Amino acid sequence: MTLEVDKLQISYRTLRGDVRAVDGVSFAVDDGEIMGLAGESGCGKSTLGNSLVYLEGRMKHAGGTVRLDGEVLPISDQRAMGRYRLKRVSIIPQYAMSALNPTRKVGRMTAELLKSRGVRYDSVEEELKRRIDLVGLPQGVLGMYPFELSGGMRQRATMVISTLLDPSLLVADEVTSALDVSTQRAVGEMLMEFRDERFVKTIIVITHDLSILAQVADTITVMYAGKLVEKAPAATVVGEPLHPYTQALLASLPEVGVRYEDAPLAGIPGRPPSLLHPPAGCRFGARCPFAFEKCSQDPPFMELRPGHEVACWKAVRDIGGTSVLAEADQPGTEGPAGPGAGSEVPAVPRPGAQLASPTSAVSPGPGEWTGQGTGQP
Amino acid sequence: MIGYFARKLGTYVLAFFLGATIDWGIPRLMPGNPVQIYVAKFQLQSPGAWEALNKLFTKAFGLNVPVWKQYLNFWNGVIHWNFGVSYTQFPEPVSHVIFSAVPYTLALLVPAITLSYVLGNRVGAMAARRKALDNTILPVGYFFQAMPYAWLALAMAFFLGAYYRWFPIGGAYAQGMVPNASWSFVWSLISHWFLPFMTVFLVSFGGWAIGMRNLVIYELETDYSRYLRSLGASERLVRRYAYRNAVLPQLSGLALQLGVVIGGNIVTEVVFNYPGLGNLIFKAISGEDYFLLQGIFLFIIVGVCIANFLIDIIYVLVDPRTRLSMQGAQA
Repeated sequence: MTLEVDKLQISYRTLRGDVRAVDGVSFAVDDGEIMGLAGESGCGKSTLGNSLVYLEGRMKHAGGTVRLDGEVLPISDQRAMGRYRLKRVSIIPQYAMSALNPTRKVGRMTAELLKSRGVRYDSVEEELKRRIDLVGLPQGVLGMYPFELSGGMRQRATMVISTLLDPSLLVADEVTSALDVSTQRAVGEMLMEFRDERFVKTIIVITHDLSILAQVADTITVMYAGKLVEKAPAATVVGEPLHPYTQALLASLPEVGVRYEDAPLAGIPGRPPSLLHPPAGCRFGARCPFAFEKCSQDPPFMELRPGHEVACWKAVRDIGGTSVLAEADQPGTEGPAGPGAGSEVPAVPRPGAQLASPTSAVSPGPGEWTGQGTGQP
Repeated sequence: MIGYFARKLGTYVLAFFLGATIDWGIPRLMPGNPVQIYVAKFQLQSPGAWEALNKLFTKAFGLNVPVWKQYLNFWNGVIHWNFGVSYTQFPEPVSHVIFSAVPYTLALLVPAITLSYVLGNRVGAMAARRKALDNTILPVGYFFQAMPYAWLALAMAFFLGAYYRWFPIGGAYAQGMVPNASWSFVWSLISHWFLPFMTVFLVSFGGWAIGMRNLVIYELETDYSRYLRSLGASERLVRRYAYRNAVLPQLSGLALQLGVVIGGNIVTEVVFNYPGLGNLIFKAISGEDYFLLQGIFLFIIVGVCIANFLIDIIYVLVDPRTRLSMQGAQA
């Protein structure tokens, strides 16, 4: 495993209290893996990605560990972390098009950046030029100012600079969001090429766009309200999602050629919960059409099928059967980790009562969701 | 590039033309007749002599022709470097009077503007990242920046000059001293120069420091600064870039500020009776010295236009983005 994240908690300090944007997230990314991180705005995906590289002043590391190549990353220590940046961890930021100093030529800025990291520019110049060719930029960009380049060119230049020292981990934050479809595809292919050429060992691609992940990513992790809800190989997430939220996300994708009158977009009714005071139990519970009594407890993020992790009681019921559900109910096991989740739940029916007819509940495909989803208030 | 500067130059020539026209018109709109004031000095008893002298001086100053002709004569004079004769220091030509005052004004303005700009930017940039400095120097900066020049000059003259007697006030050197190359004369020059210089310096300094602090804080939060930090660049590099980019708006601010500083300098010179252009303006206004007033303003107009043009050139040298827009304008 190149990257191992264990129970990571990142919060934002606000006047009204700490907002836990990333709340106990655990996952691992393999060498050579491109992991997609999806979710709607405000779910904490960018916070998670950024915290692995650069924890901003208002962000606080509230717990958990991050290991890169077996080594613990000191993510809350700016000074110690500075040594890892660019060389071991790197980022293509959300604002890649405005990431370059407007009054410095691209080449000179790169040289000055490298110098401040103790790397001689001449020692990487050849490789830099090769990579500039690789991403389809003219050699001349090094002698140009950022404002002389188009937005797409600037983004590609940023991609090259960010990965120049071959980091183990690259976080690509919303790199395709502001681009047209054909450029999106080109950027996605570039990321895969970076991985194939071993410029980077692993990539976390953060986006709200599941369709781009379906093309680029090896695995997809879906986040909701600061927690992971599902992680599986890309094809599985897109083809057989287990979590109702993932299903709803997929159902919300527009289909070309279908008119609104014929099939209105499903969307997901309701809004994500406030992370200042997150609700107890499953955070998607209030919006979930399948919620049942058990959902007032925090669902564990567990592997229900080989390589397919989900945090959903309904999925547990459908697949895992009684044993998992009962086991999860026991205190002191893998069960709810959230503060007070277990104690504050007043009346949880005994496992037997919920599983009166376990076989009748079949996981709905994305198509089925449309009908059920829109029926919800 | 050449086209850009030609256009800029054209703008400044136009500004100069308009400024000079207003400069010519304003003294003529002032109440009172300078010739009468001048003739009255002779205290003539006979009406005939009064009449004759009045006519003579009206003619000597070129006021006996129609206004439009006076205007053309004015431009003719400007072209021939002839700004007329001063009433108050008759028969001294205006250009002589001005040039004897210019060194004093430049000795105040040039160091005050450059030092306040350079130091203000440095201190402001430091205050942007050091809380202690931000809480001490900046309030002081606000205090001085908000102060009218005349008031600060009076306070300085009163406390440091009259009350504590640390510095002499009035004139450019001790009264009765004859300019010579001795150390005592140089020292006298410096001690008389210090208070008016400090007045102009302090007011500008606060303004630059406050502006720079805010600009640097903004630049340190921009995307390129965040990106550099995410890639582990040294804080020194991040600050250097932020400073470099924050200085650009300050530079155009300098162009805008020049006129204000010159205005402040005028009042300051009056308060300290410092024999520069400001003091001369004051004398010219009270003596209704049209030509002298006209000449000084013309000099200031030319000075401000040239300074602004120089700043334009510097700006193009330091901000590559303006160079691009020039290429765009040519294409």
